[in-house]
Amino acid sequence: MSTEAPTTSEAAAPAPGEAAIKKTLGIGFWICIGWLLVMVFVAVFATRLPIPDPKFNFIKPGQAGPSKGPSAAHWFGTDKDARDVFARTMYGARVSLTVGFIAIAFGMFVGGTLGILAGFFRGWIDRIFSFMFLVLLSFPSLVLAIMLTALLDRKLFTISMILGVLAVAPVGRLARATTMQYADREFVIAARSLGAKNKRIIVRELLPNVAIPMSALALLGMAVAIVAEGGLAFLGLSVERSITWGGMIQLGSDSSKTLQNQPWIAFFPIGVLFLTVFALNFAGDRVRTYFDVKEISL
Amino acid sequence: MSELQTELRQEHQPLLEVTDLRTHFRTERGLVRAVDGVSLTLERGKCLGIVGESGSGKTVLSRSLMGLLPSSNTVTSGSVKFEGKEILGLPSKQMRRLWGREMSMVFQNPMTSLNPLMKIGQQIAEPLNLHLDMSRADARATAERLLRDVRIPEAARRLDQYPHELSGGMRQRAMIAIALACGPTLLFADEPTTALDVTVQAQILQLIGEQRRDRNMSVVLVTHDLGVVAGHTDEIAVMYGGKLVEKAPTSVLFAHMKMPYTMSLMRSIPKLEDPSHTRLATIPGRPPDLVHPPKGCRFAPRCAYARDKCLTEEPPLRQAEDPNHSYACWYPVGSPEFNQREAELNNGAVPVTLEAR
Repeated sequence: MSTEAPTTSEAAAPAPGEAAIKKTLGIGFWICIGWLLVMVFVAVFATRLPIPDPKFNFIKPGQAGPSKGPSAAHWFGTDKDARDVFARTMYGARVSLTVGFIAIAFGMFVGGTLGILAGFFRGWIDRIFSFMFLVLLSFPSLVLAIMLTALLDRKLFTISMILGVLAVAPVGRLARATTMQYADREFVIAARSLGAKNKRIIVRELLPNVAIPMSALALLGMAVAIVAEGGLAFLGLSVERSITWGGMIQLGSDSSKTLQNQPWIAFFPIGVLFLTVFALNFAGDRVRTYFDVKEISL
Repeated sequence: MSELQTELRQEHQPLLEVTDLRTHFRTERGLVRAVDGVSLTLERGKCLGIVGESGSGKTVLSRSLMGLLPSSNTVTSGSVKFEGKEILGLPSKQMRRLWGREMSMVFQNPMTSLNPLMKIGQQIAEPLNLHLDMSRADARATAERLLRDVRIPEAARRLDQYPHELSGGMRQRAMIAIALACGPTLLFADEPTTALDVTVQAQILQLIGEQRRDRNMSVVLVTHDLGVVAGHTDEIAVMYGGKLVEKAPTSVLFAHMKMPYTMSLMRSIPKLEDPSHTRLATIPGRPPDLVHPPKGCRFAPRCAYARDKCLTEEPPLRQAEDPNHSYACWYPVGSPEFNQREAELNNGAVPVTLEAR
């Protein structure tokens, strides 16, 4: 090889600190991811799983009172129309997860693109996009969502897009700030000094670096979207004629008597909603700290 | 290419010719005159050292020459000719033809000048398939050869490693490999060793020197350390407050330095033959405010040899005994006024700076 082999100290790969503490995402992260995977699995295969029909009224002639507590036949009990709460909770995951996913995917795509362009080109592009984000952020989001659902229809896709538009501004601002931070790094100037075009710099140099903090925000944003959908459903403004967690919670808490006497009707969808949102937040947080640490070592 | 090179050499056209270059930044505080009327030439295959404290405008100078400054708040004037063609103020679209292929740059901090998320091999291959249209396999083979050229051991394995898996010195070697990938005729090295430890510094400088000779490449070596440029440059330009204050072939400069600033830089290098616990000479004060530069000589407020004339009149760049040596000083090292002040300073008769007087 070379006659002048450099000293070993120069060739040593990892810094001592790096070798000693191995960075991991932690067991909590994987439990959360496991829970989310279960929910996704249930949502996708709800019709094929051996769970009761969520719209069937389990009522037999001569039985008193339609709502019953949890039992072997109905794990989460039945609601006031004698429908299986467990089955309905599982089916409810379909709407919540779909809305959460489409909303944040739209927010990431639109907000991310605008934010990166604003952060990279600065000048008037930045001024226009930043102003747009500001306008979006100044609008009370729930009011905007309620207004739009009232004006437009209440199909799954419409609801998702409304929440997606609300996600554009926070995502865009993060993308812009992160892009600005990286655009001044020497490796971006180095790429330019080697003749790379703007498109190449954005796609190859900036996008992968900006994607890391964005991925953490994607998980957190999905949690927010799911909660927002729950809020809309609770107000009776979410997807029509489908089972949603928010709608079930509303049904189970329409009066304090229902909440006291048949707590399972609201409690189980609340629990599942809570766990899902918690898992998303926790995982998002872990991803963020994981990559923050890595950035310091670079 | 080689024919063209010999042709150019016969014509005696310098590779880089800079005339009265000014780079000013518009800021909220006012116009920052970061580079203020710099003229210099660089022959093919030679190494020019640009020396000065931080804030003296040397990094801005090298980036202006290469056209890498953001255009929004920058005002440049003067002329930069590369191979006889004016390149100052060219849009990036046209500069892109030169960047990487004709001129490239090695940056100060190898920790931040490599993309943390891209493998070393990919980063070297990038300019290769951009400019030379190389296939992936060819680019990879070339990248491996380049890594071996810059003496990175186990080159093949390094191709698939990420920057954080390499040490600082190795990263700077990789950075040099990237800069050299497309065989540039002019390499800017902006403080290439400042972020590295002393033992590695010498190796990197030696490597740049070797590559310069092998490739008949010109190098602009920017540094704050006169010691660094001493053994590795053909010519040295000393910058202060955005201006060239002294310029000479390396050997001439070290033998007959004229500018008290150059001398102060020289004295601030620790010497091996000094007894231990010798106090290191420092330059009192700070570099001048480039928004409101001093009226006369910009170094005068910090200069122990300054007189009233220095504060009011700006010294022009004058030629010394050697025709290639020029300096900007009213009372240069060796002049009667200088010697008189030197004697007074040694007696302790006058304080060191004008500000204190």
